[in-house]
Amino acid sequence: MIERARELLASGEVNRVLAWEKGENDFDRTPAVFTADNVDSLVYDGLCGPNLSKYLVGEMEKEGKILVFLKPCDSYSYNQLATEHRIDLEKVVPIAVGCRGKIDVEKLRAKGIKGILSVTEDGDKLLVKTLYGDAVVENRKEVLLDKCLACKGKEHVVECEVIGESEDTTEGDKFGIVAKLEAMTPDERFAFWRGELSKCIRCNACRNVCPACSCVKCVFDNPNTGVANKAAADDFEENMFHIIRAFHVAGRCTDCGECSRVCPQHIPLHLLNRKFIKDINEIYGGYQAGAEIGQRHPLENFDKGDCEPSVVHVRGGARK
Amino acid sequence: MPMKENWTPTIVAFCCNWCSYAGADLAGSSRLSYPANVKIIRIPCSCRLNPMFVLRAFQRGADGVILCGCHPGDCHYTTGNYYARRRMTLLFSMLDYLGIDRRRTRVEWVSAAEGAKFSATMNDFARTIAELGENVRLGDLRCKQE
Repeated sequence: MIERARELLASGEVNRVLAWEKGENDFDRTPAVFTADNVDSLVYDGLCGPNLSKYLVGEMEKEGKILVFLKPCDSYSYNQLATEHRIDLEKVVPIAVGCRGKIDVEKLRAKGIKGILSVTEDGDKLLVKTLYGDAVVENRKEVLLDKCLACKGKEHVVECEVIGESEDTTEGDKFGIVAKLEAMTPDERFAFWRGELSKCIRCNACRNVCPACSCVKCVFDNPNTGVANKAAADDFEENMFHIIRAFHVAGRCTDCGECSRVCPQHIPLHLLNRKFIKDINEIYGGYQAGAEIGQRHPLENFDKGDCEPSVVHVRGGARK
Repeated sequence: MPMKENWTPTIVAFCCNWCSYAGADLAGSSRLSYPANVKIIRIPCSCRLNPMFVLRAFQRGADGVILCGCHPGDCHYTTGNYYARRRMTLLFSMLDYLGIDRRRTRVEWVSAAEGAKFSATMNDFARTIAELGENVRLGDLRCKQE
């Protein structure tokens, strides 16, 4: 990968590379833009969770082409942003990279591994160096990110050069938890969501990382919205912020799962987006945002024979 | 649910300028009654209804929100209500998913000639909300007026 990046930089086809580098800790991976000078610090391994597509939006103003590496699930966001004309395909050189599912350091911690210093992969094994000695996780599948358990498959939806092999890491039905919530009583659902959403500290990480949330001017940046700051824990404010955020990305959300990955409070935000996806699939027919460039998404489209909103009543709650 | 004394539901009705607002007008000029606690807000088209408006209404103390627009196919702007229909379907489903009683939200198509339907719809909706009681789940402390 680094060789290919260096080749393209040397040939002058691109003048910068969007990829991952080591973050604050040895096991952190953050998106970064490299030039020929620092391309050696590029890393790609099982810890590279971040979706790079969104960072292209900010690069469009600059001169010259940029090389970007896309994992299979990132390629959906890439297509979606291209559909919305947020990225100019003329200015990007995409290269697809293989992905075998990415590791969730939080899950390692949940396994009781404390003081993690670094994580290295060895086939299916993970070697974890900690302050207290070394630990081994036999099967990396145990500690994959939640978003990888709802993997969209190993195929890249962007046609470009491919480096490396991918693996489908889906486990079970991705709408399983949504269906379970739908089967609860309204009181239980309310208690669940109030419990989850009241943890929100309004750090806006979910918004900032979301590839669909790339509006230049966001509705929540307006101090008059009344949802700009943190409210009391039993108030409706957090619910409102998250409902509206989920609604704004409904139909455009590719279910990349970044919102839940970055949430410092571990709120399962993807469950809100997935509920919209499930409803859209059930009511308006199957749709996958970003599957191809130029799709018209269900909320900017209609059919004269659409069902009435009372379908929500008829379906017996949120269920079909 | 504990009921406050003298509690009457507050209902916000978003009415499209071209059909339902005129329908409400017709209900009035035909001397058909509808509850006084239905607050009508005129919007240019049913698709003007930003989902935030619905949530904001609840946040500021509404107990029920109803959207009235032209019948599908009759929209003054040709297709506005088709979009509104999809949006509201998804929004209501989401509110239900968050544990908000789905009977608190409704969409009705009322044409300018349907004063009787407007009155009947509002009476029915007000009755439903009165049975459901006060909306305590969506309120905001800062918006409480005592």
